[in-house]
Order: sequence, then structure tokens, then C-alpha cells
Amino acid sequence: MTQLTMGKALGAGLQRAMADDDRVLVMGEDIGKLGGVFRITDGLLDEFGGARVIDTPLAESGIVGTAVGLAFRGFRPVVEIQFDGFVYPAFDQIVCQVAKLHYRTAGKVRMPITIRIPWAGGVGAAEHHSESPEAYFVHTAGLRVVAVSNPQDAYTMLRQAIASDDPVVFFEPKRLYHTKGEVDLDAHISDAPPMGLARVVREGSDVTLLTYGAQVTTALDAATAAEDEGISIEVVDLRSLSPVDYRTVTASVRKTGRVVVTHEAAREAGVGAELIASVTEKCFHYLESAPVRVTGHDIPYPPAKLEKHHLPDLDRILDAVDRVLDRPNSLSEVAP
Amino acid sequence: MTYTPTTDSDRFTELGEPAQLLTPAGERRHDPRLDEWVADVDLATLRGLYRDMALARRVDAEGVALQRQGQLGLWAPAQGQEAVQIATARACRTDDFLFPSYRELGVLLVRGAAPADLVLSWRGEVLSTYDPAELHVASPQIIIGAQSLHAVGYAMGIQRDGGDQVAVAYFGDGATSQGDVNEAMVFASSFSSPVVFVCSNNQWAISEPVTVQAKYPIAGRAPGFGIPSLRVDGNDVLACTAAMRWALDHARSGEGPVFLEAVTYRMGPHTTSDDPTRYRAADELERWRARDPLTRLEALLRAEDAFDDAFLAEVEQDALAFTSRMRAAAIHAVAGEPLSVLDGVYAEPHTGLDEQRGRFAAYLDGFGDDEEDGR
Repeated sequence: MTQLTMGKALGAGLQRAMADDDRVLVMGEDIGKLGGVFRITDGLLDEFGGARVIDTPLAESGIVGTAVGLAFRGFRPVVEIQFDGFVYPAFDQIVCQVAKLHYRTAGKVRMPITIRIPWAGGVGAAEHHSESPEAYFVHTAGLRVVAVSNPQDAYTMLRQAIASDDPVVFFEPKRLYHTKGEVDLDAHISDAPPMGLARVVREGSDVTLLTYGAQVTTALDAATAAEDEGISIEVVDLRSLSPVDYRTVTASVRKTGRVVVTHEAAREAGVGAELIASVTEKCFHYLESAPVRVTGHDIPYPPAKLEKHHLPDLDRILDAVDRVLDRPNSLSEVAP
Repeated sequence: MTYTPTTDSDRFTELGEPAQLLTPAGERRHDPRLDEWVADVDLATLRGLYRDMALARRVDAEGVALQRQGQLGLWAPAQGQEAVQIATARACRTDDFLFPSYRELGVLLVRGAAPADLVLSWRGEVLSTYDPAELHVASPQIIIGAQSLHAVGYAMGIQRDGGDQVAVAYFGDGATSQGDVNEAMVFASSFSSPVVFVCSNNQWAISEPVTVQAKYPIAGRAPGFGIPSLRVDGNDVLACTAAMRWALDHARSGEGPVFLEAVTYRMGPHTTSDDPTRYRAADELERWRARDPLTRLEALLRAEDAFDDAFLAEVEQDALAFTSRMRAAAIHAVAGEPLSVLDGVYAEPHTGLDEQRGRFAAYLDGFGDDEEDGR
């Protein structure tokens, strides 16, 4: 085991995938000499050369569109979108081409493209640098969507995403790039849990707290705080948003009977909405109370100095936990 | 202050009249740049090009007829654009990879598409037909200009494999307004990728004349990207052959991308759902009819005693054999099973979709016995 930051773990995952398969290419803006604005691709240009580590023109549709052509030629491109809010120019290529080519051709053409997106907020960034666009991609058939929450998953799941014959949108929480953790660099990806499985990261009995990405850390903090009040929260790291591992999710909900979902993304038609709809369909008779979402507001991402009022923090999560437990909370008729 | 466009003649860009080797009357013209590229084209080759164009025209007419008879949901007529489609595809090697739009039926025919391949997607039975890896032709693209980037990416792959193939991007004048086509030119130029852009400027993007897309000849844009370009008469199969051979040679020899603007005309509607009488004058159609790609080649061949009634009958016979099979493929198409709508979304199992499949299968099973009883 090695102590690595999530950023270094992602870099190690890329390096390993490129060493294992010479059809793997990385491409994006500033990923060569600079090593990417977050240095995730640091060292790859020196090791693998410019033919496999491609500094592209500043055009996201061009990056993804040429990745499609490279996939036609049998390559496995790993695309870096520099920031979450820069992915929209590539939306057409992702939704109409990357996601649909396998279906369009009845499986004759495969699109093993990984689209890495430094993602979400909490880092005091400028406008368009803190967004959570995951619901757009979850809603798009043909894509797999994953979000990592720790260095080990970052290393393993990135390699699994690259090895997948399906396109994968890979969300990397910027907030965690410098978070350290133990990483087993020698593990075989086939021995690791498949990319599509959720993980119970903390067991509990009173409330199921569903989340993903950097919110996993916040959720764990909330669970620790709740324990002081005698409330036992089970935290589920979804890891994969398409597909969602409902086997793990429903097993937890059937045990606790109460559900809170939290994510940074806006609420309306978001991942939490789908989770609660599906959980309600699958576990209706097990539910002791109405599930609750704790999300970003339905607003454009606010200025950095105000983002703490947008991001769901520990206290907002605990308030929601109080609601599903019918304890005094911010919406109680009598204020807590 | 006025802006004066400038061009660099060293870059093989011609922005006057489109380059031409065959006049509308079928007379051979000489062009010092293009002649060398068709020096070996003999009468047998020209008869082959005529045969291909005649097949494309017959296939097109059959597609329109099948749509009118309710056998196809839609058809995008290619009448008038046979020369650029046939000549450019014929000039390619079979291992060059072509990325056509939905109107390039001539390209599909040259590459050996089966009669069923021409109709099953327009009928709505499938989204695409042939295997792109087999014909070295991507599935016809409907999103305007998107395939231009795929061609460039494929060409980048050729460079990485040390291959000597060329990727070809086909699109129309409307597509040149799209970001993707412009981004494709940036990428191709920056990476000197072996790609040929073939823009069939057919004067109309549905109802919008080309002047809405471009105030300056489209071929004139490419030099700004560092890409040599040529404006060619798209209804002149000989000039299109010469231009494409030059372009392919340039790209194949490692000198980077080339842009061809083939000036042609969409004789029919945008699709069978369109009504061009609402937006274009009848005399325009007549002017272009006088520049028809088939009649001018026929005139040349007749002048050379290489075209007679027997040849014409043989060409028509062959075309009829093909279109009969097209018609049969459409009429006898068997619709997919209901559950097949869920096939092929992913290459690997997806638990969410698998669950939906299970539910839909159970729902469909509820009807099973009734259907068997004929109730």
C-alpha cells in the first residue's frame, strides 16, 4: 500500500492503463508539458511521448469528436475536460455520437472512451469552474457515469473505466484532489469491486444516507456527529450513477426504513430525484418516512464567497436526518 | 474602412470560377493544374463513372418512389450531386475511411453497399445498416458536420499507426457554419492529419441559400486554417476525379489536410418532406438542369463513339436489377421484436437497463398467449 493523494492516484491509474495497453491515449488541453491544470497527467508526456499524450486545441467538441474518430480506428482515448463547466461545447458529440454509436450500429462500433471531468465546487473557483453536470449524462442512455470519492477508487475505477468497452463519464471531485489515502497499486482491476457497485462506507441502522463524490466525506462527518446524539447513519457511496447499484441501496433502505440523499448538484430532476423515485418504487412498504433530498439550490453556481451557502454541509444533512426521524427540525411547526 | 479578402495562390486556392475539365456541353477543357491527375483516365474509366452515376440516379429515383408509396419514412434525394459523390469515392483506395452525411448515397454505392443498406434505415427498421469496418465507411451522419471531427480523429489514428490511408469527411455547405467543421479544420491543420474535406456545396441548406452560410466562397476559408483548398465544378465528374486525386495524394504523402469545395446543386427537395417551391425559383432549377453531370459525360462519350443505345440499355438493366432488390428489401423487411429496442445500448451489462428489460419482457409475455390464439 502507498500513501497517495487522489490526484496522484489518478495519474498513477492513467500511467498504468497506458503501460498495459498501447492503444490508450490521453488528450486534452494543457495535459502535455504542463501535466494538466491539476497536474493529473504529470509525467505522462515524458514517459509515453506526444503521440499518446496529446495537447489539443482549445475546443471541447473537437476533443471529444476526434476521440470518436480515434475509437473508430481502434484506440481507447481518455479525454480530459479541463473543468466541469467547459464540457457543454462537447455535449452534442457526447450525447449524439459517443453515447449512441454503439446502439446506432447495433454493436458493430464500440466507443471505449473515458471522459474525465474535474468536478464540482468547494474550491473557491471562478464562474464555470465548480459545476455538477452529472444528471445530464446520467439521463443519457449509452453512457456510464461514475464519481469517485477516495484515492483507491480513483486509481482502480479509472483503470476500469478505461478498460470498459463502453464510454464512461468519469467525475473527479476537485475538492479531494489533495486528499491522501492508502492505494494498492498492484491490485488487479478484476479483483477490485466492479465499477458499477456501490459501497457501504459506514454501517448504521436508523437512516440511509446516499451520496457520491466529495459529499461522501461530508456525509461521513455528519454520521460521526449524529452518533453523538445516538443516531446511527448508514452511509452509501454510490460510486456509479449509471447504472446505480440498487441492490446495495435497497438492502440498506430495507434495513433502516429512512432515506436522505445528498449531492452538490441542483435538486430539480437531479440524481437525488431519480434515487428517491426508484427507492420509493422498490422499497415503499419498508419506508417509515418520506425520503428527503439535501442538494445545491436550483440556482446557477454562486460566487465563490457564497458557495458555502449553496453546498449542502454537515448541518443541513443533519437537519434532513432529523426530518426523516421526525425529530425537531427546521421545518417543524415548533422550531427546534 | 473596407475589408478585402486576400488569398494565397501558392496554396492552390482558386476562388474564381470552379475548376472544370468538362463543360456542360461535354467538351473537354484543359486546366494546367488538374490535367495531370486524369491523364490516365480512358474511355473505359469514363464509362465506368457514367455507369456509377446512372446507378446513383436510379437508386435515388427509387428511394423517392418508395417513400411516396409509403414504403420508406423519408428519403434525402441526391439528384444532381452524382458527380462529386462518385468521383471522390472512386478516387479513394478501398482502405481509405469515409465519413459521409445522409445524402452521400453515391459514396455508399461505390463502396459496395447492398441494396438493403440503402433503404432499411430510411424505412425506420434500423438506425444504420452495413458494418463500417467492412466497407470502411462510417454510418451516414445526420447531425450536421459532426462527422468531420470523426474523420480528423480517424486520421490522427492513421498517423499513430504509421498507416498511409486517408480519412475523408463529406458534408454540405450548411455544415460549414457548424463549429464542428471549423474545429475539425483546426485539429487537422495543427496535427497535419491525412484528411480530405469534401464540401458538396449544393447551394441550399433546406430553405437557406448558401449566402446565409457564406458571403465568400467556402473554399476560401480553408487557407485561413492553413489548409490548401480547391473550388471545383461538382457536376464535372472528371474535374472532381482530378481534384480528389490531387487531394488524396497531398494527404497521403504526409503534407496534411486538403479542402475541396464541389460546387453542385440539389435538384430535388432537401428530403421528401420538403417543398422547395416555397423558397426557390423554377428557372434556377432549369439553369442547373443544363449543367447536369450525366448529360455532359454522355455528350463526351457520344462524341468519342463510346456511348450507344446498347451501353445505355445495359446500364439501365444493371441499375434496375439493383433497385429491384432495394424495393424487395424494403417491402419484405421484417420489423424487429419489441424487446430488441433494448439491444445494443451498451457493450457490457448495465444493471439499470437489464432491470428495465426484465420488466418489459414480463409485460410483453402477458400478451403472448393471446397472439398465438389469434385473438
